[in-house]
Amino acid sequence: MTTDNVLISVNGLKKKFEGMELHALNGVSIDIHRGEVVFVVGPSGSGKSTFLRCLNLLEEPTEGTILFEGVDITDKKTDINKHRQKMGMVFQQFNLFPHMNVMKNLTLAPVKLQGKSVEEAQKTAMELLERVGLANRADAYPNQLSGGQKQRIAIVRALCMKPDVMLFDEPTSALDPEMVGEVLNVMRELAEENMTMVVVTHEMAFAKEVASRIIFMDQGSIVEENNPKDFFENPKSERLKGFLSKVI
Amino acid sequence: MSDWIIAFKDRFYVNFIKDDRWQYITNGLWVTLRITFFAVILGIVIGFLVAIIRSTYDKTGKMKIANFICRVYLVVIRGTPVVVQLLIIYFVIFASVDIGKMFVAVIAFGINSGAYVAEIVRSGIMSIDKGQFEAGRSLGFNYVQTMIYIILPQAFKNVLPALGNEFIVLLKETSISGYIAMEDLTKGGDIIRSRTYDAMMPLLAVALIYLVMVMILEFLVRKLERRLRSSDH
Ligand SMILES: Nc1ncnc2c1ncn2[C@@H]1O[C@H](COP(=O)(O)OP(=O)(O)OP(=O)(O)O)[C@@H](O)[C@H]1O
Ligand SMILES: [Mg+2]
Repeated sequence: MTTDNVLISVNGLKKKFEGMELHALNGVSIDIHRGEVVFVVGPSGSGKSTFLRCLNLLEEPTEGTILFEGVDITDKKTDINKHRQKMGMVFQQFNLFPHMNVMKNLTLAPVKLQGKSVEEAQKTAMELLERVGLANRADAYPNQLSGGQKQRIAIVRALCMKPDVMLFDEPTSALDPEMVGEVLNVMRELAEENMTMVVVTHEMAFAKEVASRIIFMDQGSIVEENNPKDFFENPKSERLKGFLSKVI
Repeated sequence: MSDWIIAFKDRFYVNFIKDDRWQYITNGLWVTLRITFFAVILGIVIGFLVAIIRSTYDKTGKMKIANFICRVYLVVIRGTPVVVQLLIIYFVIFASVDIGKMFVAVIAFGINSGAYVAEIVRSGIMSIDKGQFEAGRSLGFNYVQTMIYIILPQAFKNVLPALGNEFIVLLKETSISGYIAMEDLTKGGDIIRSRTYDAMMPLLAVALIYLVMVMILEFLVRKLERRLRSSDH
C-alpha cells in the first residue's frame, strides 16, 4: 500500500496514568490504512481501550505522535475538535444523550458543528436510521430503547458526522446476548462499505470474519499482528498462543 | 365567647385597619418579594459561574487561580452568618457610596445564595456520567459546547428540586433585612408592634404570610419533582 493510503499513523505512543507504576501504553506504532478494518484484541488491562482513546485524544498521550490525515493531532497547536468530527467513536455504554430524543441525538452535532440546516441533518439521520432498521424510533428517548437499539443509534450518531474512521470500544460487551447480533450486523455492513474501522472487541468469531487485520496487545504493547486467518491458525508468540487457548 | 370575638375585632382593627397599618404588611411583603426575586437571579448567575469554574478545574486542572478564588468565596460565605455578611456589605463595603438599600440587600443575599447554589449545581455536574462528556467531545464539541448542550441541561434538571429548596431558605433569610433598616415583611410587622404595643397579632400575621409563601413554593417544588421523575429520560 502507498503511504497516501495511510489514514492514521501512530508512532511511539506511550501513555502513563498518574499514580500508575507501569505504562498503560508502552511504545505503540502502527499505520492504519483507508478502508482497513483493524481489530484490537488482548487480555483485560492490556491497554486496548487506552490505545483507542488516544487515537482521538480522549486520553492525552504521554509520548509519541499520531498523524491523522497527515496532520499531527498530538501537536498542541492542532485544533483537535475539528479532527474529532472526522473520527466517530462508539462506546461500550452507548452514551446517548438521555435528555434528547433520538433525532436530536443524531442532529445536534451536524447542526451545531458542521453548519448543516436542521432539515438537511434530519434527512441524513433518517436515511441512516432506515438502514439500521430504526426509522420508527426517531421520536423515542434513549431510556425507551433496548440496549441493542441504543448501540445502533449510537453508531448512527457517529455516522451522521460523515466520519473518515470509526472507533469502537467493545460495542457489544454491555449487551444481552440476543442483542449482540443486530449491532454486529450494522458493523459488518459498514466494513463491507469500506469504512475504515478500529474495533476493540472480545468477539473473536466476528473478528475472524470481518477484520482485515488483527492486532494482539499485551501489557501496553502490540505483541503480534496478522491477517485473520494466520492470526488464529498460526500464532507465533507464546503470549498470543496462551491468549487464544483461553478465549477460543 | 362573644367577648373574645369583640376583643379580637378590636385588636384586629387597631393593628391592621387603623391608620392604614396593613400597608406596613403589604409594602413589607412587596419589599421581601423583590429582594428575594433579584437575589435568586443573582444567586443563580454566581452559582452557575462558580460551579462551572470548580468542575472545570476538577475535570481538567485548568482555571487554577479562578478555582482558588471560588473556594475562598465558598469558605467565607458558608462559614459566616448571613446577618454579618449583610452588615459588612452595607456598613463597610458600601459605606462611603450612596446606594439604595434594596441594591445592597440584593447583592448581599445574592452573593450568599450563590455559594449554596454553586455547591448544588456542582454536585449536579459531577453526578453526570463521564461518558456523556466523552460522547460530546468525541463528536467534536469543545469543552464549553459540551457543557452547554449536554452536561448543564442534565445537571440543571437533576438539581432543580434542591435549587427550589435553596430559594425557600433564601426567602426566609431576607427577614433579617431590618438590620440595615429596610422595611421588609418582618420589619413591617415589627413596626406595627411598636405602634400598637400588641406583639402577638402583627407577628403572627407575618409568620402566617411566610408560612403560606413557603408552602406554596414547597408545593411547586414537589410538583416539579414529580414531573421530572415521570419524564425521566
Ligand atoms: N483513567 C485511568 N486512570 C488510571 N489507570 C488507568 C485508567 N484507565 C486505564 N488505566 C489502566 O491502564 C491499563 C490499561 O487499561 P485499558 O482500559 O486500556 O485496558 P483494556 O485492554 O481496555 O482492558 P479491558 O479489556 O478490561 O477493557 C490498566 O492497567 C488500567 O488499570
Ligand atoms: Mg477496555
